[in-house]
Amino acid sequence: MRVRKFVTFLGVGLGLALSFAPRAWSQGTTYSLIAAGRYLVDAGDCASCHTDTAGKPFAGGRAIQTPFGVIYSSNITPDSETGIGKWSEKDFYDAMHHGMSRTGKYLYPAFPYPWFTKVSADDVRAIKAYLDTIPPVRQRNRRSKLPWPLSVRSVMAGWNALYFQEGVFQPDANKSVAWNRGAYLVQGLGHCGACHTATNAVGAPKKHQRLMGGDFGKHWYAPNLTRDLGDGLGNWSVEEIVEYLKTGSNGKDAAGGPMAEVVENSTQYLSDSDLDAMATYLKDIPAHENSSSAPAVAVADRTDLTRGQALYDDNCTGCHMVNGAGLAQVFPSLKESSAVQAKVPDTLIHFILAGARKAVTPGKPTGLSMPAFSGKLDDGELADLVNYIRNAWGNHAPLTDASAVSKVRKEIERSGELNARQPPVQAGGSS
Amino acid sequence: MTTRMPGVDVVLVGFGWTASILAQELTDSGLQVLALERGKFRDTVPDFATTHIQDELRYAVRKDLFEEPARETLTFRNSVDQTALPMRHLGSFLPAAGVGGAGVHWNGQHWRFLPTDFKIRSHTEARYGKKFIPEDMTIQDWAVAYEDLEPHYDKFEYLCGISGQAGNINGAIQTGGNPFEGPRSRGYPLPPLQRSYATTLFDKAVQEVGFHSFPCAAANTSQPYKNPLGVQMGECTYCGFCEWFACGNYSKSSPQTTILPVLLKKGNFSYRTLCDVTRVNLDASGKRATGVTYIDAQGRSFEQPAQIVILCAFAQHNVHLLLLSGIGKPYNPTTGEGVTGKNYAYQMTSSVDVFLDKTLNPFMGAGALGQAFDDFNGDNFDHGPEGFLGGGYVALWTTGGRPILQHQLPEGTPTWGAGWKKAMAENYLKSASIATHGSVMSYRQSYLDLDPTYRDVYGNPLLRLTFDFHENEHKMSRFVTNKAAMVAKAMNARSIRVKQRDGHYSIVPYQTTHNTGGAIMGDDPSTSVVNRYLQSWDVPNVFVMGSSVFPQNPGYNPTGTVGALTFWAAHAIKTLYLKNPGPLVQT
Repeated sequence: MRVRKFVTFLGVGLGLALSFAPRAWSQGTTYSLIAAGRYLVDAGDCASCHTDTAGKPFAGGRAIQTPFGVIYSSNITPDSETGIGKWSEKDFYDAMHHGMSRTGKYLYPAFPYPWFTKVSADDVRAIKAYLDTIPPVRQRNRRSKLPWPLSVRSVMAGWNALYFQEGVFQPDANKSVAWNRGAYLVQGLGHCGACHTATNAVGAPKKHQRLMGGDFGKHWYAPNLTRDLGDGLGNWSVEEIVEYLKTGSNGKDAAGGPMAEVVENSTQYLSDSDLDAMATYLKDIPAHENSSSAPAVAVADRTDLTRGQALYDDNCTGCHMVNGAGLAQVFPSLKESSAVQAKVPDTLIHFILAGARKAVTPGKPTGLSMPAFSGKLDDGELADLVNYIRNAWGNHAPLTDASAVSKVRKEIERSGELNARQPPVQAGGSS
Repeated sequence: MTTRMPGVDVVLVGFGWTASILAQELTDSGLQVLALERGKFRDTVPDFATTHIQDELRYAVRKDLFEEPARETLTFRNSVDQTALPMRHLGSFLPAAGVGGAGVHWNGQHWRFLPTDFKIRSHTEARYGKKFIPEDMTIQDWAVAYEDLEPHYDKFEYLCGISGQAGNINGAIQTGGNPFEGPRSRGYPLPPLQRSYATTLFDKAVQEVGFHSFPCAAANTSQPYKNPLGVQMGECTYCGFCEWFACGNYSKSSPQTTILPVLLKKGNFSYRTLCDVTRVNLDASGKRATGVTYIDAQGRSFEQPAQIVILCAFAQHNVHLLLLSGIGKPYNPTTGEGVTGKNYAYQMTSSVDVFLDKTLNPFMGAGALGQAFDDFNGDNFDHGPEGFLGGGYVALWTTGGRPILQHQLPEGTPTWGAGWKKAMAENYLKSASIATHGSVMSYRQSYLDLDPTYRDVYGNPLLRLTFDFHENEHKMSRFVTNKAAMVAKAMNARSIRVKQRDGHYSIVPYQTTHNTGGAIMGDDPSTSVVNRYLQSWDVPNVFVMGSSVFPQNPGYNPTGTVGALTFWAAHAIKTLYLKNPGPLVQT
């Protein structure tokens, strides 16, 4: 039998009370509870995983790629048979806090309970209250496709014992209210570390590399969110981080791929004060002590990069400009970009091969897009181009090669992702 | 068998500039709006991807973005005593097919018409006397004044992010702009484009000759832009592939780059592609449209009921649909009676090529990167001694230096072989072309009707175009071309080559896509198809957009005025028609 820890959240509440005006949640004020829950569901980006492409909201069924196999998200609508309609508040709290399902089965950490464990009991209650109000959808959960022994859920007991630190967020009295609120959101519902922290061989986040960049799977690399000046957020102001999370882009960079989804489904709905708090916290995460600050090598001295430069001039300058600076607020800068200089170049390779679309938010409705170049550049050319972009204009990052490009290409060809932005071939002349 | 679809408030025939503007405006009023487009859906990515779109063979030579004559065409003759034949290859003009319409492939040359253009008959009679207008010239005043359209020109310019230099702000003449333009309420949203070397040489020569030089207004963005709908555009890269091409850099104004990102997210808007509208359906009284009939790509027939039908197709297609549907009395050139098809007009262009000893780098260009003078357009000069009506602007455009079709060669150059190659090598970088863009008046014998012989793929009669240039236009064009040649000589040219357009109109060589008339506007139902709000006199829940409502064709590119008229009509529908559906002008 599991040990149920008695959780005190009084202390946490002191820090959070300021952010939630309708604090007086008694039985009689369910509307404010539901409204708060809806906001928290947005903050947790629940929709990104629990709503399938073209599926009904929160009915699950979306394939989540993990290094170990495909896990399908579950139905969290209040349907009594296939959803969580029969779940009590306590059942739901157990899932969020302990990673245990109502039937006592271990959940896989693709459901980010290692982060959600930090969410206060009041907030968990509000989330459940909101989920109870959404239209129930009868849709059975799909079985995950995991190899043995991972297909046996009880192996997660060992995983939890080794890597799972249970417990509600504890504020740091030496930090500001905003910092603590930001830490609560980033470490908890925001579960930023699920992608932005590197994982070990069994998929557990590496403790000492918190938010220093990680693999989202399917050859997306989530960049470093620490203060690092190269591949981190060191050059970003709090305002720039807030603008990015609110609208999907800022004068420096734009969200694409999975992060565009995070903005569209989650962060755009957060209040300015919460985004400000998250930015305040992120700006305070120290860079890795081994962070490289070696001066960049001038491209002119690197004959191996001149091929890439020629490809860049021909294919990229129309939008990203000769100096790599892009056009502020329109086409992202590649110069001094943390995503471009990320330790692993997969996201950059991914964008060039499959194209990208900027997040669409009310303030920025255009969805400016980049076409796919997979049909135009072969693996060697693309590697040359990536090496140039990652080392031009003062950028510096490790070199890549054709085999790394080939791996990403195989992945996106498999996923069908290419078709969306591949320029069409000529159908035949009309005259 | 015809399938009846669920009804909508508004059905738009076509999904180009005018339909996009109307859809945006009318959905804002809460109406359920549906656009039916005969072509395909297209967007910047992936369809216009930069580094793919700059393909001259595919788009300019093989005309990938235009309508296919095998599917849709018209018949043509110069005069009523000839038998019209079908146009089997695109030539003189290039109607678009596909979402965004011609807004996708235009150059982006933006103009407002002159205040006097809108009252050409009354103004001409007052200044030159009634006899100055030839008897068979059927020009008439527009039913709107420049002042009516000014706020709507402004709206279109700010939607598009036009780059330009104002010439007249609220009556105050602005240095460096076009001093002849009508007063505008404010300047352009963006400064003019960067100049090409050729336009600076032209500018200097124009000033030396004593005309008024100004940078042309461009729907190519000189800077990044965010329009009032919040839609963002990039900055033009001067790649030189605008006209007949789409823009891959979000820097040429089109429905895709200015409206669709917002419109397509609206729950009360929808569109269907590959749908050919073949009829506007009328009720038994013939006074009310019940919707439209369209045929999809599989040849299936559908009836689409609607409360309001708005024709937003290319000028000639709107007229074709009116004739097929029996809206308005067909025009008869013998009696001069009837209205539908009346006053078709075109434009008359010419050019003067300039060969210099300086390297001009023509490949760095933009569709509307030009310098112009307007001294000989409209009634900006005294027509009395010249004996013709109308005029045109003269401009040196640096639209690009594409290898196959965009080059100038001096008089006497062989058309192939070593001599041609040598001349090409010598002149490609060192030549430019000065263009004149002349008006065409409307005439009793220039009109559109249904062809008695040829039919389209659906068995409907093709539209028949009867048109030729008249002496008035030849005089106008020779006069304006002479002014262009004066400037060309002042550029210290090694040689110049005057390309005057003489003789009959030919539908074969490309000239301009600016077709007008056939559904003209006016104050009198016996001489016009639509009233001042572009509303059909005969069927008040039908509106007609685009240049088919122009009573004659001024010496400017039409898109600016088409955009302004659309905003004007949308405003009338929203503020007048919806409150009291019925005729907006009483007769």
